[in-house]
Amino acid sequence: MSTVTQQAPGDFWEVEPHHHHEGASTSIGFWVYLMSDCLMFAILFATFGVLGASYAAGPGPKDLFDLELVALNTAFLLLSSITYGFAMLAMVKNNKNGTLGWLAVTLVFGLAFLGVELYEFNHLIHLGAGPQRSAFLSSFFALVGTHGLHVAFGCLWLVTLMIQVSQRGLIPANRRRLSCLSMFWHFLDVIWIGVFTFVYLLGMI
Amino acid sequence: MTSIEAQGDKHHAQRRAEAHGDHHDDGHDHGSFRSYMTGFILSVILTAIPFAIVMGGGFESRFLTAAVVVGMAIVQILVHMVYFLHMNTRSDEGWTMMALIFTVVILVIVLAGSLWVMYHMNTNMMPQMNHEALGLGS
Repeated sequence: MSTVTQQAPGDFWEVEPHHHHEGASTSIGFWVYLMSDCLMFAILFATFGVLGASYAAGPGPKDLFDLELVALNTAFLLLSSITYGFAMLAMVKNNKNGTLGWLAVTLVFGLAFLGVELYEFNHLIHLGAGPQRSAFLSSFFALVGTHGLHVAFGCLWLVTLMIQVSQRGLIPANRRRLSCLSMFWHFLDVIWIGVFTFVYLLGMI
Repeated sequence: MTSIEAQGDKHHAQRRAEAHGDHHDDGHDHGSFRSYMTGFILSVILTAIPFAIVMGGGFESRFLTAAVVVGMAIVQILVHMVYFLHMNTRSDEGWTMMALIFTVVILVIVLAGSLWVMYHMNTNMMPQMNHEALGLGS
């Protein structure tokens, strides 16, 4: 009974300031960052939605896009998502080498995605369908390019964390960083669902 | 104190410590092999179907094709949220969910507002400003 009376004031106000672990609020803070990033992508999607049919008598989606290449890229990104998931599961089991191995596989898929995307951009620009050709292509390059840039920085972050984990091991700080990158990486896959649906698939219907 | 009570107390303390540790780890659960595989298989199905439909030429009605493709995308985004990003109403005392709901509201306003306003701007342009009517391409 005595414990109840002692705890009762705590229901209404803090008797003592309660201390959080270092980094306890990182995940919510990072989530808020991802949400703001999501809003940035929303604006790019809205721009593409408005300008996506303004071809300026230039080539349209059906003349330019290769759905097999997009399907390949989607597969790369989806596979990288699941392999990052396996890296997180290895991290929870304190398996340092497993984590590093799965992170390496994730990196390979991420780089493969970037490789295919750069090939596609290069191909389009050589066809004369660069970002300066029409409003459709400007908004296309802005949207898909921003996503690609995110993946590129995700890969850089992944390499940084692989070095950190191999040198310092799975210390709490590295676990926190890996969780943040996990959110970032899966978030990019979510954005890609929007890209392949609204830009590529709807453009080809 | 009987041994059973002591055991119960110990068990309770341990569980509380685990819950506490989990919370301070990063506030999210990390999922399991099973949940990741469920998410992955659902995503593969939800990606393969729209690609197959569009690459196969789509349905007769373009609207139906678009609706199916967009519907699949929305379901897949939800699958990713639940199985890969481990979204739930509990993590960080519901604040991640609140942030997500706020973002979705803003997102819908931005997207629907832009498309709606700009569509009407385009259709209500004066004829001499309408490139389509002048044959300059749309």
